Amino acid sequence: MASKGHIQDGHFGLRVYIVFGLVTLLTFILCVSVGSVAVPPDETVSLIFKAITGAELPRSSAASIIISSRVPRVLCVALTGAALSLSGAAMQGLLKNPLADGSTLGVSSGASLGAVLAIALGLEFAALPFAGTMVTAVVFAFVSLLAILSLAWRMDRSLSTNTIILIGVIYSMFVSSLLALIVTFASDKVKTITFWTMGSLAGSSYANALVLLGALLVGGSIILSKARELNAFAVGEENAVHIGVNVRRVRLTVLAAVALLTGVCVSIGGCIAFVGLVAPHMVRMITGPNHARLLPASAFGGATFLMLCDLVARIILNPLQLPIGVVTSLIGATLFVVILYRGRKKAL
Amino acid sequence: MISETDSTLLNVTGLTVQFGGRCVVHDVSFSVAEGSWLMLVGPNGAGKSTIVNAISQTVPHEGSVTWCGQDVRSMKPRERARIMGVLAQGNSVGYSFTVDEVVRLGRYAHRPSLFARTQNSDRSYVDAEEKAIEEAIEQTGLTDLRSKSVLELSGGELQRVFLAQALAQQPSLLLLDEPTNHLDLLYQRQTFELLDHWLKAPGHAIISVVHDLSLAYAFGSGVILLHNGQIMGKGPASEVLTPDLLEQVYGMDVQAWMRSLLQHWC
Repeated sequence: MASKGHIQDGHFGLRVYIVFGLVTLLTFILCVSVGSVAVPPDETVSLIFKAITGAELPRSSAASIIISSRVPRVLCVALTGAALSLSGAAMQGLLKNPLADGSTLGVSSGASLGAVLAIALGLEFAALPFAGTMVTAVVFAFVSLLAILSLAWRMDRSLSTNTIILIGVIYSMFVSSLLALIVTFASDKVKTITFWTMGSLAGSSYANALVLLGALLVGGSIILSKARELNAFAVGEENAVHIGVNVRRVRLTVLAAVALLTGVCVSIGGCIAFVGLVAPHMVRMITGPNHARLLPASAFGGATFLMLCDLVARIILNPLQLPIGVVTSLIGATLFVVILYRGRKKAL
Repeated sequence: MISETDSTLLNVTGLTVQFGGRCVVHDVSFSVAEGSWLMLVGPNGAGKSTIVNAISQTVPHEGSVTWCGQDVRSMKPRERARIMGVLAQGNSVGYSFTVDEVVRLGRYAHRPSLFARTQNSDRSYVDAEEKAIEEAIEQTGLTDLRSKSVLELSGGELQRVFLAQALAQQPSLLLLDEPTNHLDLLYQRQTFELLDHWLKAPGHAIISVVHDLSLAYAFGSGVILLHNGQIMGKGPASEVLTPDLLEQVYGMDVQAWMRSLLQHWC
């Protein structure tokens, strides 16, 4: 029976990851092909293949749109989706709460405050164009996490849904007022600052994608290596202590990884809300709550989800483009209410 | 068992716990020897659970707790978990983990670290893990529920899942906070018999909080009677659970109440 469970796990891994990977890849090709200038998928694939192998690209407008504009954008969208979803899944395990996420807790807002502050103060390193905003965003994300959780902890040790939502709302409002204050003093940068609060990945570059990939590799492997510990937290923190988990160390490590991922994502794409809530929730229905399966699947799921949201944002009001955050928030807020409603009904 | 001997495993000296300036446990000292089952009894709020939590290091405390002479507080969490298994009160799980997954978590402290892993240690670890899990699930009667979600279980079933997790942990000391909470009479009996059997293996000891004084009589090798965070009596049940002392602690004639309950059966 026990070994049967293991084999099932093994089978699960192989089959499901192949499906998740394929779906993500197909979504990528679809999202690169569709747009104001539609390119047939087979042509898209051959163009990407040529670009990778270094073969000469045809001098068509389609080729230039695909390679220099859409591929980097969709890549950034996919990586951001994976990073935000992985962070969300980790937070939901750590806090034993399916509603915990960078956006509901106010961590993304905190990170955007950091990024905006860097712009307003002109914090830029000459050699690295976006390092200033990125570093402050990561630091602010981490500080926000610590502030929010220690406040929540003091109010309610069980970290119930009510407390988490309340603290998240209060913190987000606090950050919005600070952002408004900065806008008042740095009115010449209003447009750049608004970008961070809306969230957009239009105009992303390959350099952005590379930075996101780096952050995902570092933050992602830290989170994945803590899958067992996150299972223990998701069962219950006190139980985690009893079975020998070093809860303080694991909590700090996971929070640091979440801050890194959230901070880097926000500094490149702004506040894209609810991705970390929606994607893991849907993935959990397929994989179950075991983090060894949930975490990698959430990364794929988040990438696919955000690519599709970006596609909708691009084409639904063509030629007008919606900010991607509008689409994710519309879906996310609805799902948030559904989870909350179901949870309440169960409690009653 | 209450006094220190050669076979002493756990030694608690001057244990004091304060919550917000209020003293919940005051200067409690006792020791537990190999093969003994210490019952903590007393009314609600006497500090029984707090003592269990202090020994398992989930609440900050003053005084010392040592295991075979080694300070428990300075142990690494994994090291401590290999010695102590804890069954806490009021466990609830937020996600639909399976019974097997929750029990399997009990093996966390035994898993070789990433750096010390070799192929051999991996294989022997997997064998030991499967054996321990298999036994724990079988002993607690969870075989049929193994792949069921813990969210679908009754309170008693969930209690057994966490007991199985503590057993799979293969500790030397079991700390049980009302182990038969939510359990029906059959499982109550089976659990106590199972624990009694577990205790017979060399190097094992149990500390448990119980409300049913008859169980303390029947299974305990020693009893500590607590009231307002202080020890009112410790020693064999027959010496501690005297009518006078019980009256003083519970504010009622406990034996008369028990007898009147039993009379209905005759």
